[in-house]
Amino acid sequence: MPEVRQQLKYTKEHEWVRPTDDTAVVGISDYAQEQLGDVVFVELPAGGTEVTQFETFGTIESVKAASDLYSPVSGTVVEVNAALKDRPELLNQSPYDEGWLVKVKLKDRRELDVLLSPTEYDTLIGSLE
Amino acid sequence: MEPEKTPLYKMHLGAGARIVEFGGWLMPVQYTSILAEHRAVREAVGLFDLCHMGEIEVTGPQATDFVQRVATNDASRLAVDQAQYSLLCDENGGVVDDVLVYRRPEGYLFVVNAANTTKDFAWLLRHRLPACSVEDISRQTGMLGLQGPLAEATLQPLTDVALATMPYYHCRQGNIAGVGGNTSRALISRTGYTGEDGFELFCGWNDVVALWRTLVAVAAPPALCGLGARDTLRLEAAMPLYGHELDEHTNPFEARLGWVVKLEKPEFVGREALAAIRHAGPRRLLVGLEIVDRGIARNGFPVLSNGQVVGAVTSGTFSPTLQKSIALAYVPTEMAQIGAEFSVDVRGRPLSARVVPLPFYKRKK
Repeated sequence: MPEVRQQLKYTKEHEWVRPTDDTAVVGISDYAQEQLGDVVFVELPAGGTEVTQFETFGTIESVKAASDLYSPVSGTVVEVNAALKDRPELLNQSPYDEGWLVKVKLKDRRELDVLLSPTEYDTLIGSLE
Repeated sequence: MEPEKTPLYKMHLGAGARIVEFGGWLMPVQYTSILAEHRAVREAVGLFDLCHMGEIEVTGPQATDFVQRVATNDASRLAVDQAQYSLLCDENGGVVDDVLVYRRPEGYLFVVNAANTTKDFAWLLRHRLPACSVEDISRQTGMLGLQGPLAEATLQPLTDVALATMPYYHCRQGNIAGVGGNTSRALISRTGYTGEDGFELFCGWNDVVALWRTLVAVAAPPALCGLGARDTLRLEAAMPLYGHELDEHTNPFEARLGWVVKLEKPEFVGREALAAIRHAGPRRLLVGLEIVDRGIARNGFPVLSNGQVVGAVTSGTFSPTLQKSIALAYVPTEMAQIGAEFSVDVRGRPLSARVVPLPFYKRKK
């Protein structure tokens, strides 16, 4: 069974977000990496890019297919996980830790309220299995 | 139509496979990871369920005449227990299917693409000669692939067929000793769709589970491999996939398969059209592309030169062996030289691509 990490918020498109004070780290769920299979390229926005909640901000290419990434929150990208350029497999191996995607300076913390809790997300992927 | 299941379906589920529909069949796309399965075949040995493939048997006094009429390669050159790659082409020279033709003591065996089995069978029946019988034995015939440099070492202890002396594209009927003293009769063929040494094994539909169990019970068992790895392996080896590089609107010369069209042999379906195409020269050619930028050029993506769409990608992937993004594409013949530069439109992003020699990967002999 794919891991659903606690203390995170999720989107229906299988991204997670870990908010701290005014920033949030964004990644994809364990379920998502399992579904994608071997990730070989990750296209991410450059630092300074504005992202909008539920709009695409990048693409993940696995051997099988390309998948859009949807931002769980709106804000400005302040950091990009540079390790993914040479080691895209981190997304498969460690989706909640080393395989994080971007850090975003939050525009509006209230956006977090509309995201799924771990329990809700667990129910969602349970219904997809 | 409800997709079909091979006899190994439950074993795939038990092995944790992810299942996809392919050619009307529910087949494993991967068990663990496409990259890991791919590597196992390049470096060791992998086992594939190929029961979805179609098998059509041709027998009778006019069997050779018939095969010569319907397939473009010269079947008269085949010795018994020898196989050849061949094409079925229609009257316009379009490819109906790409097939393997085996000469057997009792006649010929066509191994055809799963999705084309029904179409091929109907097509063959339409061209049938009076003194030959054409039979679709796909549902009586199980098929496995055992592919990789260690395939011979894996299979030899189990069989009475001397594999070391079996050349590429030859086959032998033999026994494969099974677990618990069971023995499977199988046709062992030194063929494959991976670019590696290896075998394809044909047995009775109901015997294939026992044969699979035998092969996974050896001391160093082969990696279970799904269609995902089969696709990346064949693409590195630049082997065409019907529906991608080949279809009824594609002729063999543009697909660089002119070597299997023997225009000098007696009359066959499509010969006139194929002779005209060869004489005029194909207007487009299949080329190998290395994608220089990061990204994957997939089936259908436009290929551009100086901002104009000049062709399209037929297959593309990340090559696990070369660690590069590769693709096959059709481009105008005059632009098809090695080193020619194009861009591929990947979801609105133009990625630089360069024509490289085919195959992308060739094993060391």
